[in-house]
Amino acid sequence: MATASGGARFEFASDQSLLVYFDELKETSRAESGPPQGEKGRAQARPLQSQIALQANEKVRKLLRLLELEPVAGVRNVHPAYCSLLVKFDGLRFRHHEVESILRGYLERLEEIKLPEPRLLEIPVCYGGEFGPDLAEVCAIRGLTRAQVIELHASAEYLVYFLGFVPGFAYLGELSEALVTPRLAVPRRRVPAGSVGIAGNQTGVYPFATPGGWRLIGRTPVAMFRDEREGFSLLAIGDRVRFAPISAERFGELEKEWA
Amino acid sequence: MGVIQVQEPGLFTTVQDLGREGFGAMGVSASGAADAISLRLGNRMVGNHEGAAGLEMTLLGGMFTFLEGALLALTGSDFGATLDGKPVELWSSFEAKAGQTLRLGPTRTGARCYLCVQGGIAVELFLGSASTHILSGLGGNEGRALQKGDALKIGAERGAIHERRLTARALKELQPRKVLRVTKGPQSDWFPESARRLFYESRYRVAEESNRMGIRLEGAIVPVPSGGEMISEGVSLGAIQVPEGGKPIILFVEQQTTGGYPKIANVISADLHSLGQLRPRDEIRFERVDWETARALLREQEKLMASEDLISG
Repeated sequence: MATASGGARFEFASDQSLLVYFDELKETSRAESGPPQGEKGRAQARPLQSQIALQANEKVRKLLRLLELEPVAGVRNVHPAYCSLLVKFDGLRFRHHEVESILRGYLERLEEIKLPEPRLLEIPVCYGGEFGPDLAEVCAIRGLTRAQVIELHASAEYLVYFLGFVPGFAYLGELSEALVTPRLAVPRRRVPAGSVGIAGNQTGVYPFATPGGWRLIGRTPVAMFRDEREGFSLLAIGDRVRFAPISAERFGELEKEWA
Repeated sequence: MGVIQVQEPGLFTTVQDLGREGFGAMGVSASGAADAISLRLGNRMVGNHEGAAGLEMTLLGGMFTFLEGALLALTGSDFGATLDGKPVELWSSFEAKAGQTLRLGPTRTGARCYLCVQGGIAVELFLGSASTHILSGLGGNEGRALQKGDALKIGAERGAIHERRLTARALKELQPRKVLRVTKGPQSDWFPESARRLFYESRYRVAEESNRMGIRLEGAIVPVPSGGEMISEGVSLGAIQVPEGGKPIILFVEQQTTGGYPKIANVISADLHSLGQLRPRDEIRFERVDWETARALLREQEKLMASEDLISG
């Protein structure tokens, strides 16, 4: 059912949805990256090669942007990811190939789409201790000191590749090569909201208490998904993010301030 | 404005409408009624628009007192409802007088029963929908399942009261199925032929820990394709993913928006409402259909839903 179009490949997902892939090399799509709730035992290799992922993700963001600027009546929802976009449509109105041909038209115009200037957001994190129960293990696995792990994690600027899994969960990349660590063999049943985790070459913040298999190195007092007045998700696709180390005292103060 | 006093909440009762589509880029799934057909029909029986908010009860119903008169309808599964001790029928609207109490018990059939009230349940909308999103604690009544002592407001919109009943034909055709029809999943080719055959030939049992996020299945272990993991991608409602361990999970209304497990199949749209009536330990199996069949079945179902003689006056 797959057809290619200008570096994109279409695949039927359900009777009312299809997937647009920008992964070009099909082989790479068998690599890594599970959802942050984990449920997997196997340590995995890296996700796609970073260059491919970046280019593919830019196309995802451009197609998403174009669909926002010029919505297609009958397209109900879109779920972006690293290098693909799930498009949900009204099956009473469209057949897959009709949606596909509309999207092909959009794909031809991706070059002309300018993405908005990325916002740079800073997220305060208290590393280690009860907030980052896996920090010591990450140090052990990677042969780094606590200070080095924090420095490596907090010195990089990350791209929000997409939001997925649960409301407001941003998949951030790329993690420094030195920090790449497999996820937990046995995921936690409950990860506290605000926990900052790493898995493979990704990092992210759990907006809600959920099951989770990423290794937790810290926690933020910032609410990642808020109410309407604050625009719901703190982060949006395409944003840039930095983490700023804070003390446990500061964490407590900020938590009180924002409560 | 009418009020519903929650005397007993039942096992897990939430405010649901038809959900919020359009926020996938924020990681927000559509949510909405687990058995949308039942909610839509219930609303029509009390003169509401199909997508008005009602109460979704799960396995064990609650006890509700109506402070003012209200026109009600119960749809979905039979929870042995009584109004001030007198049995009331499913799939037929009825009136509760001021002060009367509706009591529901454990299910006698499927997983969910819907209580629709003329005017709908009035709650603050979250992203355009009244649907409760349990994980984020947003939407519905304070973002959570009902508790004893809650008071729910009934919406002001009300038309003329006239009794309505679902026709026997409609009831038969919309009966929830245990043989779920599926189309192939985006990664079905990754599974060896033997794995696919096993999946379609086996009966699966609905696991206890199933919920609105996912229906977990027990039964034949589906061999996971080598490599096992993939890059996370958007997932559809009704997608059947096979994580490591080989126990399939059907992603349901309050699903994660993206996932990294290969999907062997996807429940067709016309059978999604049947998922909402699956109870723990129910046995199901899957039947593969092609895209044209899936589309035709959806069209047929919506044609039936749109027909004038679906509900008799």
